[in-house]
Amino acid sequence: MKIKYDRDLCQGHNRCYLLAPELFDVDDDGYAVLLVDGEVPADLQEKANLAADNCPEYAITLVE
Amino acid sequence: MKPLVVVGASLAGMSAVQSMRSGGYAGPVVVLDSSPEMPHDRPPLSKQVLAGEWDLDRAGLPMARNMSELDVDLRLGVSAVGLDPDSLQLSLSDGSTISAAGIVIATGSVPRQIPGEVPSGVFVLRTGADSLALRDELDRGPERVLVIGAGFIGAEVAATCRGRGLEVTMVEATEVPLQRVLPADLGSFVADLHRNNGVDVRLGVGLDSFLADASGAVRGVTLTDGCEIAAQVVLIGIGAVPEVSWLEDSGLALLPPQEGGGIRCDESLRAAPKVLAAGDCASWPNGSFNGERMRVEQWESALEQGTHAGKQMLFEIGAGEDPGAFSTVPWFWSDQYDAKIQMAGRADPGDEVHVVDGSVAEGRFVALFKRGDECRAALGVNRPRLAIRARMKLAETLAWDSMLELFDQ
Ligand SMILES: Cc1cc2nc3c(=O)[nH]c(=O)nc-3n(C[C@H](O)[C@H](O)[C@H](O)COP(=O)(O)OP(=O)(O)OC[C@H]3O[C@@H](n4cnc5c(N)ncnc54)[C@H](O)[C@@H]3O)c2cc1C
Ligand code: SF4
Repeated sequence: MKIKYDRDLCQGHNRCYLLAPELFDVDDDGYAVLLVDGEVPADLQEKANLAADNCPEYAITLVE
Repeated sequence: MKPLVVVGASLAGMSAVQSMRSGGYAGPVVVLDSSPEMPHDRPPLSKQVLAGEWDLDRAGLPMARNMSELDVDLRLGVSAVGLDPDSLQLSLSDGSTISAAGIVIATGSVPRQIPGEVPSGVFVLRTGADSLALRDELDRGPERVLVIGAGFIGAEVAATCRGRGLEVTMVEATEVPLQRVLPADLGSFVADLHRNNGVDVRLGVGLDSFLADASGAVRGVTLTDGCEIAAQVVLIGIGAVPEVSWLEDSGLALLPPQEGGGIRCDESLRAAPKVLAAGDCASWPNGSFNGERMRVEQWESALEQGTHAGKQMLFEIGAGEDPGAFSTVPWFWSDQYDAKIQMAGRADPGDEVHVVDGSVAEGRFVALFKRGDECRAALGVNRPRLAIRARMKLAETLAWDSMLELFDQ
C-alpha cells in the first residue's frame, strides 16, 4: 500500500496529523507533509486508512 | 421500515449521514434542509469565495460529493417545524409528517440580525447565496465597505475586502475585539492586525442608524458617538444564534442564552432517547474539559459531533456498538491577511495569558491561557504545527505543567 497526498486539495485541517502522526507532519504553512515515501509499513496501514477516511478534502488516497 | 431522519444537510448533518453509512446502516435515511440548494461548506464563503478566488461550486461540502453513494432521500427547501420526542414524529413545512426510527437534529445557527428594517446593501454572511450577493456588490467597487462587528466573520470579511483593494471601516461595540473570548492584550493584536492592513477600526462604538438614498439603498450609517460613515456596502457580523426556534414546543430542553443556548444534550449528544443533536445547535458536557457544558460554533466540532451522532444513532437503534461519551478539544482557525490564526480549547477573558513561543510583535506566536493549574486553551498565529500539537496535548490533559513541557523543548 502507498499513500498519495494531493497538496492542491489539502486545506490544512490537520486531521491526518492528529490521527496518524507517524505518517503525516504539518509544515510551516499548516499543510500536511507526507512522511513516508513508497510502501507503508504493515503496522501503519491501519493508520493510513484512518487518515484517508478522515481527510475531509479527499486529499489522501491509498493505492494498492 | 421507518427512516432515520437528519434535520439539516450541512456539515454536522451530512457527517452524521456519512457515519451512519460507514457504520454499515443500509436502511432508509431522510435528510431535510430549509435551504433550496444544498448547503455549502461555510469557511470558504468569507475567504476564497468572497475574494473571487474560488467559484462557489468549489466550496461544496466534502461529504456531499458522493451524494449518490450515500443513498438518501434528500428534501431541500423543506423545514422541520415540530418534533415529538415520544413518538419520534416530525412535522414539516410542506404539511407532511414523518414517523422516524431516530432523529438527528443538525439545524446549526443563523446570523444575529439587527432589529427592524434595513436598507438594501446591508448583508449578513452565512450561506453560499449570501456570499455571492455580497461578492457581486464588492465587484462593483464600492468606495467603502463598513463591517459591523469584529468577530471572526466580520474580521475575515474586512481582510478579504482589503485584499480586493477596497476601503474598509470596522466598527466594534466592545473596547477590544473578541472581548468575550480573548483577554485584552490578544484582542488588541486583532485590532492592530487590521489597522496595519489599512482598516479604519473604531472600537467602543455601535450602530445608531442606517442612512439610505431615495431608492432605499444604504449610503452609510450613524454611529452611537454621532459620527457618520459613508459606505455603499454594510456587513453585519454580530454573531450567530442557535437555530432551535422550531423546537420550542417539542418538550426538548433548550438552554437560555446566558447558559450558552442550544439544545441540552447528555455526554453522548442525546437530547432524548433516539433524538440526538450535533453541530452549532448542540450543547453537551465536554469530558475533555471536566464535563463543562459547551456549545461550539466551529467547523471541526460540527464534523466530529455529526460523526459521533451517526454512530450513537446506530447504537440507539441496536445496529451498532456504543461509541461512548463524546468529548473534544474545540479547534478553530481563521485566515486574515497573512495571519493564520488557530485556537485550541476554550479561552475566557479572565485567563492569564502566557506567550510561550515567538512574540505578538512579530506576528508569529503561541499564547497559552492559564486558569488555576490548568491550561484551558492555546492560540497560535502563524504557528500551525505548534498550535495543533498544543491541541493534541490538551486532549491528553489540561495540566499546565504538561503543556509547558511541550514548549520547553
Ligand atoms: C462565513 C463563515 C465562515 C466560517 N469560517 C469558519 C472557519 O474558518 N473555521 C471554523 O472553525 N468555523 C468557521 N465557520 C463556522 C462553521 O462553518 C460552522 O460551525 C458549521 O457550518 C456548523 O455546521 P452545522 O451543520 O452545525 O450548522 P449549519 O452549517 O448552520 O447548518 C444548519 C443547516 O440546517 C438547516 N436548517 C435550519 N433549520 C432547519 C429546519 N427547521 N428544518 C430543516 N433544515 C433546517 C439550515 O438551512 C442549514 O443548512 C464559519 C461560518 C461561516 C458562516
Ligand atoms: S486531513 Fe486532509 S486536508 Fe487536512 S491536513 Fe491532512 S491532508 Fe490536508
